[in-house]
Amino acid sequence: MSLQVPSTIPHRAKDGGQGHASTKAVILVKLPPYISPREACAPWLPSFNTESKVEMAMSIHSDVGGPSRGTRFRPLSLDVPKPLFDVAGHPILWHCVTAVSKVPSIHEVYMIGYYEESVFRDFIKDASTEFPNLSIKYLREYQALGTAGGLYHFRDALLKGRPERIFVLNSDVCCSFPLNDMLKLFVDKDAEAVILGTRVSQDAANTFGCIVSDNHTRRVLHYVEKPESYISNLINCGVYLFSTEAIFPSIKTAIKRRTDRPRLVSYPSSENLESSFMYDDEDDEGREKVIRLEQDILSDMADSKQFYVYETKDFWRQIKTAGSAVPANALYLQQALQSQSKELAEPTPNIIPPVFIHPSARVEPTAKIGPNVSIGPRSHVGAGARIKESIILEDSEVKHDSCVLYSIVGWGGRVGAWARVEGTAIPANSHKTSIVKNGVKVQSITILGKECAVGDEVRVQNCVCLPYKELKRDVANEIIM
Amino acid sequence: MKAIILVGGFGTRLRPLTLTLPKPLVEFGNKPMIYHQIEALAAAGVTDIVLAVNYRPEVMEKHLAEYEEEFGINITFSIESEPLGTAGPLKLAEKTLLKDDSPFFVLNSDVICDYPFKDLAAFHKSHGDEGTIVVTKVEEPSKYGVIVHKPSSPSRIDRFVEKPVEFVGNRINAGIYILNTSVLSRIDLRPTSIEQETFPAIVRDGLLHSYDLEGFWMDVGQPKDFLSGTCLYLSSLTKKGDDSLASSSLPYVHGGNVLIDPSAKIGRNCRVGPNVTIGPNVVIGDGVRLQRCVILKGSKVKDHAWVKSTIVGWNSTVGKWARLENVTVLGDDVTIRDEVYVNGGSVLPHKEIKANVDIPSIIM
Repeated sequence: MSLQVPSTIPHRAKDGGQGHASTKAVILVKLPPYISPREACAPWLPSFNTESKVEMAMSIHSDVGGPSRGTRFRPLSLDVPKPLFDVAGHPILWHCVTAVSKVPSIHEVYMIGYYEESVFRDFIKDASTEFPNLSIKYLREYQALGTAGGLYHFRDALLKGRPERIFVLNSDVCCSFPLNDMLKLFVDKDAEAVILGTRVSQDAANTFGCIVSDNHTRRVLHYVEKPESYISNLINCGVYLFSTEAIFPSIKTAIKRRTDRPRLVSYPSSENLESSFMYDDEDDEGREKVIRLEQDILSDMADSKQFYVYETKDFWRQIKTAGSAVPANALYLQQALQSQSKELAEPTPNIIPPVFIHPSARVEPTAKIGPNVSIGPRSHVGAGARIKESIILEDSEVKHDSCVLYSIVGWGGRVGAWARVEGTAIPANSHKTSIVKNGVKVQSITILGKECAVGDEVRVQNCVCLPYKELKRDVANEIIM
Repeated sequence: MKAIILVGGFGTRLRPLTLTLPKPLVEFGNKPMIYHQIEALAAAGVTDIVLAVNYRPEVMEKHLAEYEEEFGINITFSIESEPLGTAGPLKLAEKTLLKDDSPFFVLNSDVICDYPFKDLAAFHKSHGDEGTIVVTKVEEPSKYGVIVHKPSSPSRIDRFVEKPVEFVGNRINAGIYILNTSVLSRIDLRPTSIEQETFPAIVRDGLLHSYDLEGFWMDVGQPKDFLSGTCLYLSSLTKKGDDSLASSSLPYVHGGNVLIDPSAKIGRNCRVGPNVTIGPNVVIGDGVRLQRCVILKGSKVKDHAWVKSTIVGWNSTVGKWARLENVTVLGDDVTIRDEVYVNGGSVLPHKEIKANVDIPSIIM
């Protein structure tokens, strides 16, 4: 596949040169260092390059910040890197690439990440077949560079063919990716940057990057990442469109500033003066290279650039913890239903749409499935089983008369007859994936890691079960090691 | 012979079931609790039965009229205007109990066992003293009042020790007695306890004996014990080879001790047992799993539900893929919606449960 790519790129570049603005896409597939090799598969995803000169970078990065960064998708990320985890029948990344493929001017996609190359080999092969108009490549970071640092590091590749614009998508985002709408705003406003924003509840806002914008012009006036106090409920969706002439110099400036002095995390006050000067990484060498869009670039852009926000009214969720795969699955299935996707199972009295059943899965006719259920390849659902708001991964066995609600059954999982595997519904507009039960914080979604087995008649509620465990007795509100 | 059954009050410990029917009429093993007692008393030759109650017994009268006819006996109510304890009601019913000189039986209505009335009467006659208490052996006597015999006699009672700290014996009062009519003269018409006042007085005179109960015994006054008692009762039927039990050769019967009314319908691919009673006109759907539970008359358990350690009250509906456990008790006409989980819920009559009950609680 990779051999075919060079032959097509010059042609595209030529097209672009004839007056169409070209865009590329970058998907950032970031994963922090010091993670087990498997999990380390998923850091930065590549960018996608397009015909007219818009480039797309998809940042496949996982969570940033805190000592446990990158681990929040456990136990599922112990077996598959998060960007490749299947929701609504396809890897999370596939949904990003699909959105990118709908922008006519994009022909190149680069995924930038910290995972090994082999991790994305099959995905790139399959996606290149499915999206023949896209050249998809993976650019591997050999040390964590941050969302902006990665872009800068690979600037030669990204700027090849002189794209005017570059989309940057974080791969841990689930949304409708209204890229064409962003592009239209970008052109209309003659912008240097467009950020995708969405409204969240006021009390949730300060866990995101907050955008203050002019209501009429849509111009971004102020940007703060995870502010201590309430600033705005319009938040950063992790999807951007930049003019290449604006973003790369901005990153360069940030890098220069970084080498001159430590990063100021927030405005110093008497309370946080001591903690406000922080190093990003333990080692000084790494620290100087980690540059993040959110912390280091966007705030400056609000001050000095033609920076606009496109506010989506459509769905948006972060895919952070493993449990957040369930709402993401539901949202992508609903999107597929609205677009009358042929992939979805036909509704019947026992199939409540939307439901995705892989063609190789077997579901007995008396089983009742849906809504918002994905059933993976070669899985079997027995007679009279009930599955709702759940993901059943490949090679699983859900036996007769069992009940699976708000849960993820890992690869090769087994749910016994009359067993009940149950999580708790996440409210439709909530961005939290944990709840407090009896004063204890527990996961809303029940997750069974790879090849876990739940015995006949056993009940598992609000539990996270690490791989290869057998559950023979009822459990609730626990993590099972 | 004569008998008095101490029914007492409203049976609040067995709510929410007793919000709908008085306790003696709640079905145990598909028959009203009091039916078991009346049947056994009639079989032992009892002709007159007094039910000592302290509420208006209208609802019971119709049923009891049927039993009078079925067994050819007289049943009367003795109604306390104020609670008279466990001894007072005997005095109140003195007229019937003194009808002749024969001894009379006294039963607490909560007690379920293999009633040994015939044998008990014979034993009582053989020692010729004033009273005989049925006793049962328990594993943890420290929770009860224990009976201690005189050293010279295997049955003559020396004293009672309430909740003994050190082991003094493991025989406890089973709540069934046979007494001579002379005992009535020891009782005043006032609230008074037979265990704490009358018996100690007879013991002082050395005239009270104990009789060892064979087989199971249970006070089924509250739901948890009602379920345990049902298990013991069904096991006892199995041991006796009682043919009212569902045959183990039926495809859905699992582990035995299953009692199903002939009018009940069982769906396909069910697994029922052990220790299940299913009442008249109950409908069990397909793929249902029932164990250690009581499904009362007219209820419906829909497809793929899972029910354990639960009493499903009359005319209730358990939804598809619902899961009930941990001494859940549904009152009359309760609906559990599809897929709902109930852990130890006590649900009052005419309620619909739409969301999980995760921790044991009362649903008003």
